[in-house]
Amino acid sequence: MTTTVETPELIEPEEPGGPDGHGPSDHGHGGEHAEHGPTGLLKWLTSTDHKVIGKSYMITSLVTFFISGAMALVIRAQLANPTSSLVNFQTYNELFTMHGSLMLYLFAGPFAFGGLANYIVPLQVGAPDMAYPRLNALSYWLYLGGASMMTLSFVVAGGAASFGWVAYAPLSNSINSPGAGTDMWLMSLGLTGFSAIFTGVNLVATVFYLRAPGMTMFRIPIFSWNMLVTGILILIAFPVLFGAVVMLFCDRHFGTHIFSVQGGGVPVLWQHLFWFFGHPEVYILALPYFGIVTDIIPVFSRKPLFGYRGMVFATLSIAALSTGVWAHHMFTTGVVLLPFFSLLSYLIAIPTGIKFFNWVGTMWGGQLSFQTPMLFSIGFLFAFLMGGVTGVLLASPPVDFMTHDTYFVVAHFHQVLIGTTVFAGFAGFYFWYPKMFGRMLNERLGKIHFWLLFIGFWLTFIPQYIVGLKGMPRRVADYLTSNGWTGLNQLSTVGAMVIGVSFLFFLVNLVQSWRKPVLAGDNPWDGGGLEWFTSSPPPHHNFTHLPPIRSERPVWDYNHPEHRKDESHGDKRHREHEKETVGASS
Amino acid sequence: MNAFTNGSPTSLLARDPSSDAHPAGPSDPARGRRWKRLAVGLAIGAPLVLGGCNFYPTYGASRGVTTQGQDTFKLYSGMMTTGIIIGGFVGILILYTVLRYRRRSDDMPKQFHESIPIEILYTAIPVFVVAVLFLFTVLTENNVDATVPNNARITTTGAPVLEVKITAFQWGWRFDYPNNNVSVSGEVTDGPGGLGPQMVLPVGETVQILLVSNDVIHGFYVRDFNFSRYALPGVQNRFDLNIIKPGLFPGQCTQICGLYHSEMLFTVKGVTPSDFATWTTSEIAAGHTLQRYPVPAANTPPPYTHVTPSNALAAPSAKKGSL
Amino acid sequence: MRISGTFLAAIGFFFGVIALIYWFTAYEDAGFLMLIGSAILGLLPGGYYLWWSRRMRPLEGDVDDADMSDGAGVIDAFPGSSIWPFLLGMGALFAALTFIFGLWLAPIAAALGLSAVIGGVIESRRGGAV
Repeated sequence: MTTTVETPELIEPEEPGGPDGHGPSDHGHGGEHAEHGPTGLLKWLTSTDHKVIGKSYMITSLVTFFISGAMALVIRAQLANPTSSLVNFQTYNELFTMHGSLMLYLFAGPFAFGGLANYIVPLQVGAPDMAYPRLNALSYWLYLGGASMMTLSFVVAGGAASFGWVAYAPLSNSINSPGAGTDMWLMSLGLTGFSAIFTGVNLVATVFYLRAPGMTMFRIPIFSWNMLVTGILILIAFPVLFGAVVMLFCDRHFGTHIFSVQGGGVPVLWQHLFWFFGHPEVYILALPYFGIVTDIIPVFSRKPLFGYRGMVFATLSIAALSTGVWAHHMFTTGVVLLPFFSLLSYLIAIPTGIKFFNWVGTMWGGQLSFQTPMLFSIGFLFAFLMGGVTGVLLASPPVDFMTHDTYFVVAHFHQVLIGTTVFAGFAGFYFWYPKMFGRMLNERLGKIHFWLLFIGFWLTFIPQYIVGLKGMPRRVADYLTSNGWTGLNQLSTVGAMVIGVSFLFFLVNLVQSWRKPVLAGDNPWDGGGLEWFTSSPPPHHNFTHLPPIRSERPVWDYNHPEHRKDESHGDKRHREHEKETVGASS
Repeated sequence: MNAFTNGSPTSLLARDPSSDAHPAGPSDPARGRRWKRLAVGLAIGAPLVLGGCNFYPTYGASRGVTTQGQDTFKLYSGMMTTGIIIGGFVGILILYTVLRYRRRSDDMPKQFHESIPIEILYTAIPVFVVAVLFLFTVLTENNVDATVPNNARITTTGAPVLEVKITAFQWGWRFDYPNNNVSVSGEVTDGPGGLGPQMVLPVGETVQILLVSNDVIHGFYVRDFNFSRYALPGVQNRFDLNIIKPGLFPGQCTQICGLYHSEMLFTVKGVTPSDFATWTTSEIAAGHTLQRYPVPAANTPPPYTHVTPSNALAAPSAKKGSL
Repeated sequence: MRISGTFLAAIGFFFGVIALIYWFTAYEDAGFLMLIGSAILGLLPGGYYLWWSRRMRPLEGDVDDADMSDGAGVIDAFPGSSIWPFLLGMGALFAALTFIFGLWLAPIAAALGLSAVIGGVIESRRGGAV
């Protein structure tokens, strides 16, 4: 079943075309391999095609997203009234633990690096597949196994894990959290952790080695750049998590005392290990989504990205700094060096600020059109701005002392994470859906989805900032009427319900696109990346023809030769080559 | 954690408790007066009138009832103002760009893609802002974190230090006063008003808290102190509090610690030193002494020393087991 | 190749510096070791790439003005489909379940895992990348 793949043929732009250009639509289909593999369910089980795996990843992670979102609605319903008894304490603890775990481990990461990146990165760098297709498939099956295990841990005796998604050590030991639910939680992290590591290896190898001729490192679209950096972050972070999980499992079952004081262990070690994974993980969840937005904004502004190199270096510095700031989650332990972690955390604000100004610079002077992907991207800008500003506050140890583990922090990281994974994530989904399925999503439903989400989002989290400053701790199942937190919590609950409703429009949109398909064509948004050059959906090994790659948007150069980016900084060989081609064509 | 500490404890001087403006409810008549004063001040255009704490907007937070909490509050307020200015600027910039450059025609916009001076400018300005914020953070942090050293329990003001050992457990609190032989302990139902056990502290004195945990990690948090600290098993966390006004301040465990995490309440009551003396006598008379609940030997955490750069340099062997 | 190597080596160098700063300011073992581990993670492959980049022709993907004809020929052999990743994944799942629910699941895990390993190896010996 192994196929040998050759480099696609070069296709030069024929004539300077108008904006609509001449779609290279038939170039993709030309050499489509005859389907001679298995069909049906067996095809899905045996496929090593990055596009099939990417779609499987995306569907699985969206299912966990909806399960986890439903849990969030139950949590909000519980908190709408003081001393509410909608669910009991144990169930409540399981719910917020599973909400966090599903969202962070099973949705936010895999949706980006398993789903979108798996599908898009090989297309963007002009590769026929991921570098290790069978490893890629293994990574999906490990993820599916881990995801099922974590979700099903609700049904075992003793219920699911109930110590928060961070599983701080003495609480997650065998005395305080007996029961198979915790073990399933740990094992699930092991499986999905390896799945992530394999995907990380694949992403790095693909971007380093499978770039098409001429696709140099500084011509890769920013999304692929960010996925490369994410891949490296995964390789740094996830092995540490796996080590910590193994240690905790040994503590629970094999009589070791790594995290127990009574046996001479150190509970804080868990926090060090966990957050050494956990903070890069935050950027593993954020960088892909920055990349999505960075790819979308130029397309809908009809301009090249402003400050491409600045963007790359900002991504690199964010990633590098993110591994040196883990203990800013541990300021209140009293046993970490505050100024070191505070300074490094502050420094992250600088590259993030550069990214913001680059996004604005890209839109500046453009011709902005507000289709759904662009709306979601702008929604991301505002959400992430708020999350970022409050993040700078939390980098200061004294301010962290006053707000740590209150709803202020809850609101902060929800603004960051919903800003990235939901706003930017769905921007990417709306943006690349036509490429993946060959059909458009409905604009009107998409816009309703956006506006409801946007309103619900602010309505949910602004009250949470205030209620946090009024002293409401996170992860509490109830509170007193005399606390005066009721009204704000009710506002927040209403907002969460609005968010819930907004996703109904998303589902309706999906159903509609399947029942009444509107064909997308190869390049519905006039995009510039290589993924828009092939057919929608692309054939088995992606490309039969490729345009010359001379900038970070080769397809734009191909379709709009008169607006091609001037690349005068090439080397001698490059200039000679230019002369030759100019001479030959004239 | 003490890398920038010069070692001097926070002074009680230069802080007048009466000038503190605790956030007041809408029905509070003091609020109206303050607004009037504010209006007059603005009319005269003299920031001097706005002096004192009113200079700092609260942005929903507590102004703090301890000297440390007030320092934290000022930092928070200043950072929030900075954040609102910068965030507001960027937000308005985005909004302006989005509205100004919405698509009006099919003309192709100018295809510029970089501008080195502008890029350098918007790298340099954040560097400056971050440097300033970090400076203020370190200054405040040193005030908040300053503790009276173990071997010098007399503050610079000459007052003795009251030590309180707080033991957090599932799901309650125990407050031991070794200087006074008093011990208060309980769960949520035990204290006055169903708000958990009560820690009584004298106003105007330096109180040093020794925070430990008996089982899992708990979070000691009092909103009006603008402060929280983990109670970690095996770690002895110390911090100082200087309460500056009497009152009842609710607190709560902030770190998930098991089933009844949300019920792990307590209150702090700030009283005058003479009332505090009266209170200790009555507690001792009621039999609430340190001998009441002996700590089981198995639960006693082993001695712990946190290694800071200063003492690590003095004794390099202390590096062993530092975490 | 050279740029990839430089990039990885730079990561390693950065973590090395941070690790040293951290060790001499925080005196904390766990974080220091993890930072050193990250530094090695960057330096090992980075050094390897840099070593090789001096001895081989640059990849077409790294040449500024390469076009498709420069890279003409076989990229690699890619498997179209394979059942072994699925079986190996399920083997890993059952192995994980063995740790939780007892040894009676171990034979299933071993059967799935072994068959997948053997099948996968035979498949790749017949030709093709992993």
